[in-house]
Amino acid sequence: MSVQREALLDPLLDNNPIGLQVLGICSALAVTTKLSTALVMSAAVIAVTALSNLAVSSIRNYVPPSIRIIVQLTIIASLVIITDQVLKAYVYEISKQLSVFVGLIITNCIVMGRAEAYAMQNPPRLSLIDGIGNGLGYALVLMLVAFFRELFGSGKLFGVTILQPVNEGGWYVPNGLMVLAPAAFFLIGCFIWVVRSYKPEQVEEDFRVGALFEPGHEVDLR
Amino acid sequence: MQHSARYVILFALAVCGVCSIFVASSAVLLKDRQERNKALDIQKKVLAVAGLMTPNEHIAGDEVRRRFEKNVQPEVIDLASGERVDDVDPAGFDPRSESKGEETSRPVAPNAAKVLRVPKRALIYRVVRDGRLRSTILPVEGKGLWSTLYGFLALNPDGRTIEGLTFYQHGETPGLGGEVDNPRWKALWKGRKAFDDRWQPAIVVKKGQAGPPDVDPYAVDGLSGATITSRGVTNLLAFWLGDDGFGPYLARLRNERGI
Repeated sequence: MSVQREALLDPLLDNNPIGLQVLGICSALAVTTKLSTALVMSAAVIAVTALSNLAVSSIRNYVPPSIRIIVQLTIIASLVIITDQVLKAYVYEISKQLSVFVGLIITNCIVMGRAEAYAMQNPPRLSLIDGIGNGLGYALVLMLVAFFRELFGSGKLFGVTILQPVNEGGWYVPNGLMVLAPAAFFLIGCFIWVVRSYKPEQVEEDFRVGALFEPGHEVDLR
Repeated sequence: MQHSARYVILFALAVCGVCSIFVASSAVLLKDRQERNKALDIQKKVLAVAGLMTPNEHIAGDEVRRRFEKNVQPEVIDLASGERVDDVDPAGFDPRSESKGEETSRPVAPNAAKVLRVPKRALIYRVVRDGRLRSTILPVEGKGLWSTLYGFLALNPDGRTIEGLTFYQHGETPGLGGEVDNPRWKALWKGRKAFDDRWQPAIVVKKGQAGPPDVDPYAVDGLSGATITSRGVTNLLAFWLGDDGFGPYLARLRNERGI
């Protein structure tokens, strides 16, 4: 039980795919201007990571190592297309706003990273849980970022006005930066900062500019 | 573990086979629903621009269809002559493929709206209530900053007054150019004049604020922080109200109504 718990909960804070591994940033910038799009995107990524982990893990003993990456990609690509189809059929409005970013889940390093690093070595059940956990870790950051961006960028949460903006006759002057992509960078940066202050063991030891070139850290650059 | 080439190829084929079955069946099974969603979305936008539903109203699919069928008549027209085309069923008419096809569209001279080709035939909507024409809804499209904006313009039967403008698809920056979706901005269009006294397209999105419609009939407030999107809206309206767009159809309509 504890192994499963760990597979599920570890990626939330201790080993967050965005916070610690800094993966999947591109879509985290693109779909977080509103909570509703971030929520649907999170659900899509959780589904894809979980199912791709499950599928890859169940055939892991039969996959020829020479073509394993392309096999993983084929599975992930198929799952992404199916997810996109389902979104178009059931949440059309939001899938229209997500546009290409659902298709781009395919390039999300979290999905392939988990398939290659975890599902290839672990049994299906555990891999499924790991997939859900990593999807949730991604979702957690996405929702946090979207919360701040929607609240301060347009004064709303899930489309419901909280801070009445000036151009709708209220008092709140929306922060224009929040609706642009850089805001997500700043927020993710703050998130990583907070998590690493709270859990100092996540700080990379030698992470200083130029650290690689200092004496005693000889790197073979051939 | 070493695998024979035969095994590798067969394995790859099997994976592809299984994956394609899943992908194909999801596409086939969900197709009806998706098409319905798409049609419903267009109908909703038409109702919104015609003022047949309020901006924040959430109505179910059936109600959308009911209102649409009751009030709106789709019509296929020939763009160059402005004549109605009777031998085409509007329900099966696909404007997107029509404006892309070599046969069904023609290139136009370079224009500010960056429209490269216009379809030969177009789908418009007439809103008719109690046997009288209430407005004509024209599809418009043109480049903004990042994306092509697709929308509908509703014109009063007088041929000059704008009833509404709404975009149903675009990829402009949320909060800046994306404010074309803001109900407050859209409400500014009602009552403005699309054409001047000599029937030239005159409506512009100007920088800063425009006065009320009776003082400043040819201008609408610009979107702050979105100069290029605002300019794009001006250009696309000028194009589609002009001779390459719906100019001939609107002229014919005016003749018919004796304006």
